[in-house]
Amino acid sequence: MATIIGGIGTTHVPSIGKAIADGKQSDPYWRPFFKGFDYVHSWLARTKPDVAVVFYNDHGLNFFLDKLPTFAVGASAEYRSADEGWGIPVSRPVPGDADLSWHLINTLVEDEFDVTMCQEMLIDHALTIPLALMWPGITSSDAPWPVKIVPVEINTVQHPLPSLARAFKLGRSIGRALETYRPDLRVVAVGTGGLSHQLDGARAGFVNKEFDALCLDKIVAEPEALVRYSIHELVELSGSQGVEFLNWMAMRGALTGEVRELSRNYHIPISNTAAATAVYANQAAAGRKAA
Amino acid sequence: MQQDIPGTTIFDGAQAQKGLALNRMCFSFNSAENRADFLRDEDGYCGRYALTDEQRAAVRSRSVLKMIEAGGNVYYLAKLAGIFGLNVQDIGAQQTGMSVAAFKSKLLSAGA
Repeated sequence: MATIIGGIGTTHVPSIGKAIADGKQSDPYWRPFFKGFDYVHSWLARTKPDVAVVFYNDHGLNFFLDKLPTFAVGASAEYRSADEGWGIPVSRPVPGDADLSWHLINTLVEDEFDVTMCQEMLIDHALTIPLALMWPGITSSDAPWPVKIVPVEINTVQHPLPSLARAFKLGRSIGRALETYRPDLRVVAVGTGGLSHQLDGARAGFVNKEFDALCLDKIVAEPEALVRYSIHELVELSGSQGVEFLNWMAMRGALTGEVRELSRNYHIPISNTAAATAVYANQAAAGRKAA
Repeated sequence: MQQDIPGTTIFDGAQAQKGLALNRMCFSFNSAENRADFLRDEDGYCGRYALTDEQRAAVRSRSVLKMIEAGGNVYYLAKLAGIFGLNVQDIGAQQTGMSVAAFKSKLLSAGA
């Protein structure tokens, strides 16, 4: 049976891609952010996941506003990336686990999540930058990939957005689906984006340290405390693009066991963003029935 | 009715409908060839995407706030800003009426 070993939350600001390409990880501006990945690297080296289920939001690479799904799941053996128009390096193609994708899709639809199924799907920086952060060099080298991915895309662009409760339940459904997946895979759930930031309007540059701290505290053992925030409140408290926290909530939902925070790093600013990195262990309850 | 959030435009159905042509043009800037075409003939390019007069004026003015008012979504507008070599900190400064240095130092002090 597949095991969900844990979860990782990380910011995905495009300028990180440029900083990596320019080798600036140790610069004074960047070090406070990149040092949060020292632990991530040792944890991944130790736990060796086979698959990463990545909750992220597309920024106008694969999806346009003409047809915009609320939830989309990739079902491909390979995902390509492409030019997004803002000059960050393009990742090499990333291998997917299509069998697992279909298993997740089947369970999601049974659970009344009528997701969009994508056999072709371009992945953008919100997926590739976290990969480059978690496995340095992997998006630009010829080295074998340590993981396959299943991309789960959540709309954070066009309102109405799904609620925090809905994103959490989406993650729950995926977590339960993983528990019933026969192959002995070790799976890590990844939620990308956030935390507080706003790029647009006269409130551009807004960040909210207190609210971010609350989110990072509650998401560990009391995620239900966060679902009471409406999307409107989330925009107000964490900024127009702080709503990417939906991806973190979905990641947390996929951790169905007992969850512990193993590491947390928080730094303002990376570009306009309050950047956060966290690792969570997921201890499956003994004898727990797959609901 | 929800309270408006100061300095914030929720990109809802009304905005999306209003901004479709402008955002579609910006979506096309994922292609380097299209970015070059735009730089060669901005007016012609805006015409091809059937921008409204308000959107054309907003693009001509380079004002991100005006583009948002015309229905632009920042994820798409960022692709247009990139053509002029502007990143999200440059457009943050522009929208808040600050110098880029002041905008950056405001963010640095938020983290202090």
